[in-house]
Amino acid sequence: MGFFPFRVVPYRPFPVPRGRGYTIRAGAQMRNLMKNRHLSGWLLAAPLSVVLLCFLVLPIVMIVVVSFWGATEFSIYPAFQFDNYQFLFTSPVTYSVFFNTFKYAAITWVFTLLIGFTVAYFLAFHVRSLTWQIALFLLCTIPFWTSNIIRMISWIPFLGRNGLANSTLISWGVIDEPLEWLLFSDFSVILAFVHLYTLFMVVPIFNTMMRIDRSLIEAAYDNGASGFQTLTNVIIPLTKPGIMIGSIFVVTLVMGDFITVRFMSGSQSANVGRLISNDIALLQYPSAAATAVVLLATVLLIIAVLLRFVDIRKEL
Amino acid sequence: MKDFETPKLSRRSVLKGAAATVTAAGASTLGAPMIWAQNIKDVTLRQFGTGVSNLNEVAQKVKEDLGFTLEMTALDSDAVTQRAATQPDSFDIADIEYWICKKVWPTGNLQAMDVSKIKNYDKIVGIFKSGKLTPESVIAQGTAPHSVGFVEGPDSNAFASEETGWMTLIPTIYNADTLGIRPDLIGRPIESWTELLNPEFKGKASILDISSIGIMDAAMVCEAMGEIQYGDKGNMTREEIDKTMAIFTEAKKNGQFRAFWKTFDESVNLMASGEVVIQSMWSPAITAVKSRGIPCVYQPLKEGYRSWGGGIGLSKSLSGLELDAAYEYINWYLDGWVGGFLMRQGYYSAVPETSKNFMDENEWGYWFEGKEATGDITNPFGDVMAKAGETRDGGSFYDRMGAVACWNAVMDENQYMVRKWNEFIAA
Repeated sequence: MGFFPFRVVPYRPFPVPRGRGYTIRAGAQMRNLMKNRHLSGWLLAAPLSVVLLCFLVLPIVMIVVVSFWGATEFSIYPAFQFDNYQFLFTSPVTYSVFFNTFKYAAITWVFTLLIGFTVAYFLAFHVRSLTWQIALFLLCTIPFWTSNIIRMISWIPFLGRNGLANSTLISWGVIDEPLEWLLFSDFSVILAFVHLYTLFMVVPIFNTMMRIDRSLIEAAYDNGASGFQTLTNVIIPLTKPGIMIGSIFVVTLVMGDFITVRFMSGSQSANVGRLISNDIALLQYPSAAATAVVLLATVLLIIAVLLRFVDIRKEL
Repeated sequence: MKDFETPKLSRRSVLKGAAATVTAAGASTLGAPMIWAQNIKDVTLRQFGTGVSNLNEVAQKVKEDLGFTLEMTALDSDAVTQRAATQPDSFDIADIEYWICKKVWPTGNLQAMDVSKIKNYDKIVGIFKSGKLTPESVIAQGTAPHSVGFVEGPDSNAFASEETGWMTLIPTIYNADTLGIRPDLIGRPIESWTELLNPEFKGKASILDISSIGIMDAAMVCEAMGEIQYGDKGNMTREEIDKTMAIFTEAKKNGQFRAFWKTFDESVNLMASGEVVIQSMWSPAITAVKSRGIPCVYQPLKEGYRSWGGGIGLSKSLSGLELDAAYEYINWYLDGWVGGFLMRQGYYSAVPETSKNFMDENEWGYWFEGKEATGDITNPFGDVMAKAGETRDGGSFYDRMGAVACWNAVMDENQYMVRKWNEFIAA
C-alpha cells in the first residue's frame, strides 16, 4: 500500500477555454506542477509540519535552552551553565523521585495491560455481534465523559477513613479498624492511575484484535492447538502493535503526571512531575526545565526500547 | 504580550493626556478630586492577589462608591509572587502579603506611596508602622510588616528601618494563625504546638505544603518541643533548617501525617471528613468546617500565633489619573466599609476604628473585643458563624495579635530551605 490512500488527480477546476495561447500555457503549467508528486507531497505535509514546528519543536528547544539559564529568587537570566544539571544529578531527591516515577509507571503498566488485554479480548472474541461490540466498547468510554480530575477525586471520599469502602468492610465484619492504607498511599495513587488509563490500553489492543484474520484462529484449532496455545502463539504475537501503542500511552501519561500523585498521595509522595511543578511555583524555571529535559530524555529512551521489540510502522 | 497591551496603551495615553490637562488646571492636591469626577468613571484598575481579599463584593462597592471599575484576579500566593515579580504591566494594584513584598520589592515593579495622601494613615494599627501593637509589645520574629513597610524615598529599593512617609504596601488584612483541631475526636484540651507531632495523633495530623509557611509551623513545633532554639524562626540558618526538617522527616516516616495540603479546600475536606484531627489551618477554613455542622476549633496555643499580613501595592507603571484613582481607592479601603466586611469574616482591618462604624455592637464585641455574642453572628454572606453566648477562639484583638510569636517570612536561605522542604516531601 502506498503512503497516500488516494491518487493525486490532475487539477482541473473549470473548463479551460481553448484557442488562447496564454491560458493554455498557464493551465498546462499548473497541471504539470500538480503532477509532480514531490511537490504535492511537500505541500500536503506542510500544514502539519508548520504546526508541529511551532507548537512542539520550538517549545522543546526553548526548554532545552532555558535549562542552561540561571535563576535568582524572582528572575531568570540567560547564561550557559550546568548548575541546574549538576544539582539535579547530585541530589539524592532526584534519584528517589525518578525511582518513584518508574515504580508508578511499571506497576500501572502491568495492571492496565492485564485488565486492558482481558477487556479487549472479551470484546473482540467473545462478543459475536458487531452491534454489541460497539455498544460495549462505547460503554467503556462513558467514564471519559467527565473530567480526569473529577474521576480521580471521587476516589477520595470513597477510600477515606470514614469512607464507603471502610464502612462497608466494617459492617460486613471483615475488618474491625478502618484500613488506613486505602487512601493517601501508593495504593491509592496506583488505583487512580489504573482507573484513569486502562482505556488507553483497551482501545489500541481491541483495534488490532479486530483486524486479526479469524481463519488463523480456526487454523490453529484445526491443527490441534488448545485455547491457551492459540492465545500465546497466535493472538498475542498478532496483538503486539496494539499492546505497544497502549504501553506508550500509559507509560508516557503516568511518567508525565503530577496532579494524580499529589491528590491521591495526599502530597506525601513525589514524582518527577511534582518536582517540576514545585520548581515552577517557586519561579525556578531553569531548574524545572532541566528536570523536564531529563524526564523527556528518559521517556524517549523507554519508547525507543519499546519500539525495538515491535516495528509499529510495519504492522499498521 | 505585546498584542494584548496595544489597545490598553492607546486608551491609557488618552487618559494620561486628559489627566495632565486636569492636573495643570486644578492644583494636584488630594483636596480637589471632584474636578476629574467625570473622567474617573472610565478608569479601570486591574487588581490581583490571593483569594482572601480579592472579593467581588469589594469591586461592586467600588463601582458604587467611587465610580470606577476594579477588575479582580485571584491567584495562589506562588502565582501572585511570580506575577508581581515578572509581569509588572499586567496589573495596576497588587494585593500581596508582606513576605511577598520582601521578595518582589527589589525588582522595582512597585512604587512607594506617599503617606501624606493617605487620609487615615495616623489611625493605622501600630504593627504596620512602629511594629508594636501597644507601646509595650515585643516585636515578633519573621518578616514583621513594618520591617518591609517603608522605603527611604519614592525611588528607593531598600527598606527603611522606621516610618519614612513612603509606604511599600498599605495594610489591608491580617490575622493570627494557629492549629485547627477537631475537639470531638480529640476529647481533651490542646495547649501546645508540640501536639502536632504527638504520637497519639499518628496518621491523623497534617501540615501545609507551602514551604515558606509550612517551615514556620514546623519551627513553632520544634521550638515548643524544646528540640531547637532558634535565633529567628523567620530567618533560619542552614543548621536550623536541617534540624527542623530532620525532626519532621522522621515523623513523616513514622506515619505521623495523614496528608499534606496545599489549597484551602483540601484543608477543609481533610478536617471535615475526619481524616485529620489536628493540622495547620487558616481561619476561614475553620469557619467552612463549622458551617457544615462539624465542630472545629482554632486552638490558641501557649507558644503564640504565626501571623500574616497583606497589603495593597501600586504598580510602577501607574501614573496620572489612574494613580489618583488608586489613591482614592486606598483611602476608601481604609475608610471602614471593607474593614467591616473583612472583620465579619474573622480577619482584622488595618484601621479598626473606622470599621467599627460599619459593624453593630454585637459584631464588634464578638470579633474585636472577644466578648460573648449577644445574638447570632453572621458573616457578610448571611451564614451563621456563632450563636449567642459563644466567644471567639483566642479572645480579643489584643489577646490574639498581642501573642504573635512569628510572622510569615522569606528567609535569606530561602532556596536552601525550599530544597530541604522538597526532600521532606519526597522522603
